[in-house]
Amino acid sequence: MIKAILVFNNHGKPRLSKFYQYFNEDMQQQIIKETFQLVSKRDDNVCNFLEGGSLIGGSDYKLIYRHYATLFFVFCVDSSESELGILDLIQVFVETLDKCFENVCELDLIFHVDKVHYILNELVMGGMVLETNMTEILTRIEDQNKLEKQEAGITAAPARAVSAVKNMNIPQQIKEMKLPDLPQAIKDLKF
Amino acid sequence: MALRKVKGNLERMFDKNLTDLVRGIRNNKENEAKYIAQCIEEIKQELRQDNVAVKANAVAKLTYLEMFGYDISWAGFNIIEVMSSAKFTYKRIGYLAASQSFHADTELLMLTTNMIRKDLNSQNQYDAGLALSGLSCFISSDLARDLVNDIMTLLTSTKPYLRKKAVLMMYKVFLRFPEALRPAFPRLKEKLEDPDSGVQSAAVNVVCELARKNPKNYLSLAPVFFKLMTTSTNNWMLIKIIKLFGALTPLEPRLGKKLIEPLTNLIHSTSAMSLLYECINTVIAVLISISSGMPNHSDSIQLCVQKLRILIEDSDQNLKYLGLLAMSKILKTHPKSVQAHKDLIMKCLDDKDESIRLRALDLLYGMVSKKNLMEIVKKLMVHMDKAEGTAYRDELLSKIIQICSQNNYQFVTYFEWYISVLVELTKMEGTKHGPLVATQLLDVAIRVQAIRKYAVQQCALLLENSYLLTGQPRATMSEVLYAAAWICGEFSSELEDPITTLQSMLRSQASSLPGHIQAVYVHNILKLATATLYKAEKDGDTETMEQIFALKDKIAAFVCSGDLEVQERSSSVLVLFECLKESPGLAEELMEAFEGELNPVAPKAQRKVPIPEDLDLDSWINDPPSESSDSEDLDMNDIFIKTEKVNDSYSKQEFNEPSAEELQKRREARKLEQQNNPHYLKGTFKNSTSYHNSSNIYEEFENIPVTELDIPVSLKVTNNRKRYKIHGKKNKKTKKREKPISEDEQDNVYPVQVVNTGIGELPPGAELSDSDEYDHVDVNDPHRALNIDLDLPLRDDERLPVLEHRVIENNLIQETTESKGKKKEKGHKKSKKKVKEVKEKRYNNQLELTDMWLENNTSTENTQPPVTNEYTEVFSKKESEWKDNKRKKSKNHEKHKKTDEDSKHRKSKKSKSKKESLKKSSDYEETAGISTPSKEILPDLRYNFANSENNTISAPATLYEELAQNKVLSITYELKQIPHESNKLVASIFITNNCQNLVKELVFDVPDTSSLRLMRNIGDGFGIKLPFQLPPQTSKETQFTVLISDVTFAQRLRGTLTYMLENKESTLQEKLDFTMHLTCSKFMVGDLSHKDILTELLKSGQLVHKIRKEIVLSQDFDVILNLICCKCNLTLVEQITDTASLYGHSLKGHHVCLLLKYNKSSANLIIEGKGDNNTLLSGIGEEILRILT
Repeated sequence: MIKAILVFNNHGKPRLSKFYQYFNEDMQQQIIKETFQLVSKRDDNVCNFLEGGSLIGGSDYKLIYRHYATLFFVFCVDSSESELGILDLIQVFVETLDKCFENVCELDLIFHVDKVHYILNELVMGGMVLETNMTEILTRIEDQNKLEKQEAGITAAPARAVSAVKNMNIPQQIKEMKLPDLPQAIKDLKF
Repeated sequence: MALRKVKGNLERMFDKNLTDLVRGIRNNKENEAKYIAQCIEEIKQELRQDNVAVKANAVAKLTYLEMFGYDISWAGFNIIEVMSSAKFTYKRIGYLAASQSFHADTELLMLTTNMIRKDLNSQNQYDAGLALSGLSCFISSDLARDLVNDIMTLLTSTKPYLRKKAVLMMYKVFLRFPEALRPAFPRLKEKLEDPDSGVQSAAVNVVCELARKNPKNYLSLAPVFFKLMTTSTNNWMLIKIIKLFGALTPLEPRLGKKLIEPLTNLIHSTSAMSLLYECINTVIAVLISISSGMPNHSDSIQLCVQKLRILIEDSDQNLKYLGLLAMSKILKTHPKSVQAHKDLIMKCLDDKDESIRLRALDLLYGMVSKKNLMEIVKKLMVHMDKAEGTAYRDELLSKIIQICSQNNYQFVTYFEWYISVLVELTKMEGTKHGPLVATQLLDVAIRVQAIRKYAVQQCALLLENSYLLTGQPRATMSEVLYAAAWICGEFSSELEDPITTLQSMLRSQASSLPGHIQAVYVHNILKLATATLYKAEKDGDTETMEQIFALKDKIAAFVCSGDLEVQERSSSVLVLFECLKESPGLAEELMEAFEGELNPVAPKAQRKVPIPEDLDLDSWINDPPSESSDSEDLDMNDIFIKTEKVNDSYSKQEFNEPSAEELQKRREARKLEQQNNPHYLKGTFKNSTSYHNSSNIYEEFENIPVTELDIPVSLKVTNNRKRYKIHGKKNKKTKKREKPISEDEQDNVYPVQVVNTGIGELPPGAELSDSDEYDHVDVNDPHRALNIDLDLPLRDDERLPVLEHRVIENNLIQETTESKGKKKEKGHKKSKKKVKEVKEKRYNNQLELTDMWLENNTSTENTQPPVTNEYTEVFSKKESEWKDNKRKKSKNHEKHKKTDEDSKHRKSKKSKSKKESLKKSSDYEETAGISTPSKEILPDLRYNFANSENNTISAPATLYEELAQNKVLSITYELKQIPHESNKLVASIFITNNCQNLVKELVFDVPDTSSLRLMRNIGDGFGIKLPFQLPPQTSKETQFTVLISDVTFAQRLRGTLTYMLENKESTLQEKLDFTMHLTCSKFMVGDLSHKDILTELLKSGQLVHKIRKEIVLSQDFDVILNLICCKCNLTLVEQITDTASLYGHSLKGHHVCLLLKYNKSSANLIIEGKGDNNTLLSGIGEEILRILT
């Protein structure tokens, strides 16, 4: 079973948190914090498995993570999951994100965390691996996006216009560009 | 109004959306909290709007904020509102918010039942998928119980996407609602062979999760998994299966033998590292489980170790890590093969990666020998100095102690060195292993006599040096002082300068120590002072004596201690000092009190103290309390009852004398435990109490029964089991008064420093065992409830909960839709019994089959066939044919269902829509999706029938019989029983209009008889008016409840149906008479309350009435049997080729047992019946004859 899936950046800011076991909000934040502390101090060239998270799970649980550019993808799993399997799954997840967002970067995750959740829902369900075949996953996501578009139809046009206007807030966009954690393009992701 | 709405919408358009929120938070980094608080206010505003789009937007923002730790549970109701939106877009937002913020204990969830059900049954597979994904995150026990049927239905969906999700969902359902496991398991098992590999994989996943906690229940699935393993190419699934096998092999060594070959093949062939690794892991598990040698046993080990070496040498740190992890598993059983790779492991100790170093450390204890122990420990000590994290240092410390102390210090040749290592370790700061070091010091000092002098010196130094005293307040290393003080006090004769030691123990800093250490201080000060005083008195050394008495004031400081124990002890010591001072010579007597050797006490020794024979714990000490007093009162009572309670647990243990076999097992387990656990001297801390019971003052306590058993009897156990036994006996014979067996009786393996390797003191006759280890299983683990035997056939009461229909209470209802589908399902129900027999048989055979499959130790060349092969072998030819038929049928049925599925969905949708309900009769209450909880109960028959009977495999036979017919109408009927109702039957009547005119005002008129009565509504008067009309060429169904007072004879229900036939010109009233036959079998229930009921009944002599019938028949016996069981509602109890016994009981509990014998050659069937009611029995007999002819 996968107990939790966490994505946070190099500064420990959560970008996605999905818990498959109930923890209250405070506990969740503590877990994210602890996990970040454990993971962030590790070199990039050490192994991707980590024991000793005290807040989540206990002895039967492992943290399995990957570090891509500015983001850490951490899966907290128990012994029924294969370590290497989960590493592959993280890879599938990131590749799927890359396909869906076309060259994914941290900003995509920041502004579309809901979409990231929807994508994750096609990979993992209730802590169990649902699908690992990327084409299948992508079809499902496509289908659902189509459904959403159909529903939006014409009624969404004004809303889209408004959001376009909002997006034209140029000075702010420039500010956005300067952000220190603006990530490199996907080519920097090491696959 | 409309204008306002438009205006409102326009305004809303400028509400913040999620992107705005994110952007806003990023722009307000300085006062983020304030900004978010403001946003939440806005969100609250938005949630008050009626517009779903606005609400959805607000909920989406909340979901984002939840990630940053903001509690959004207050918006639960709004989330549910958004979830219930008809639009997929909003629904998705709602479900996401729910899955992030709801959990099983969320009370609002009870509002969602019907909504989720609606979504699950939605035509759009993504609605259902969404519901499943969401549900998997927050399912509660109630939801699980209420929705299990709907999820079960999805298991047979035509869409693999939904099947896959539903399969995974079932696991969550099982966790919350364990009762569902048994009824649902057959279906889940089917999914293991689903055509879609994703579904298959999901099913494997679920079974693996289930089997991980309760493997033994899933052993019978081994053949299926074996087949999957040898045929599948899906690595994900293979990994899961192989992991599952790893969990199963410890329970079934034969399985392991069968697995070795395919696994080694996989190891050789696969290129996927993950698969390779799991294969190796499982091979290791197999090798551990196979104790007896196999021809290629060592080959497999070699292969594994070689492959692991490759992994460890790999530059990929992940592989290295896993390689070491797997290696440590081999080490436990095959240390030699691992030792060959010592170089590699030592190298890993220097790895820069901490995880890898930790894993290498785990392996280290298998690498040490007498020669390299010191070198390795030195290396670890260096590491410890360099290490940064305390966790890693703690690990290093415990590893050092573990490798040194393993097997009773097997590898330690030079104990001075070990003591100095321990002393060195005390300098480590911030560790949590202080008690461990203390225990080691005590253990070594006690077990190794030759080292005592050195140990005492070192401990005296420890006491003198103040670094342990002044350490951080929470440092556990001060525990070492406990050991040091005790050692110095106990072995005071070895002390060089007792006065200095005394003084260092009496320093004022000592008062900062924890109470239990101070207590030991005080006590050992007394011991030490007495010994020194005695010596000084003998030598006439007045100076020393003065010095000692001068210490009194310092001891007085301890009286002020906050710890009661310390206070009491120090007060006693002060008084004793006073006495010593006044009466010289008393020191000698006091010394005697401290004489005698203290030996290691085995862990759990206290619990092993047997209860004296004359102690009757069941007799009341006081007058028994009155009946009304409950356990709470007991707690209020005096101490006697409490002690009684405690002792009770002992008595239980003691009365269960372990058998010889058990003893053997326990001993082996203990040996293992000893090997792995260096700290088995847990009892030593309690030495100070047992001290008082030492031998020389024993006489005074002799009368007290308990102390007798506390006499120190050293069960000096060497590794030789035989010797242990002899000692045990000897001790018993000599009434357990022997002095400890002297050291020279030991195995003199290490002549220099002998280690006392006994397990420690135990009460005589007691054995150290693992069995009385406290059960550490987590009570809250939901898997405990899932420990269910899945191989037993289903009982009748084991059904998935079905929403009860209102019909039965209202006694009159009409079904407007789907009567055809229903018909089918009903037939289904009947035929279920028949199916059950088959199932039962199959289940019984299944266990044997697994056995057979396991016995057949064929190699993998003929991989797939074994399963099917043996099926045919086991079953007689006939049976297999029968099975085949079943299979075919079930396939047909499967197809049938699939095609039905969609139409069903569609219909169910329709039926809920209001339009449709208008067409229906007015008094039929329909629910409208979710909305209010008051509409919780959904009287929608489709759910009942579509779901509850899905388990059955056989195709249903329609059991509707013709009731009456004329040129206008034809009526058919079926009778069925209501579970747990002994005097009611439900008659479903199905009326078809065959003519071209409208038929209306249908009225049933059924006069009551002496034993039959129709239940009517108040105001129905004579006839029961049916609340519907029959347009031309249509059929409708209605139900009546019939009350029966006597079930022992066949009865008839006569009645008339009057109706108005609408012609072009006029309406005619016509009538149709009918007779409904209620044969005896209609009152029969064919289930076995328990297995042996038949034999019990026959023995009891209750069944006084007999019948015997003979009939010539040319049909197959199985067919006959099937027919009888099915038509007469009887259960097949046992069948032996051409003889079969059947059982059934009536609604009122009359028993009927039948024995059928079939003579093939003469085609002669003999029916012998026994029962406790003559009319019923003969009625059944008659009926069988009628059915067969």
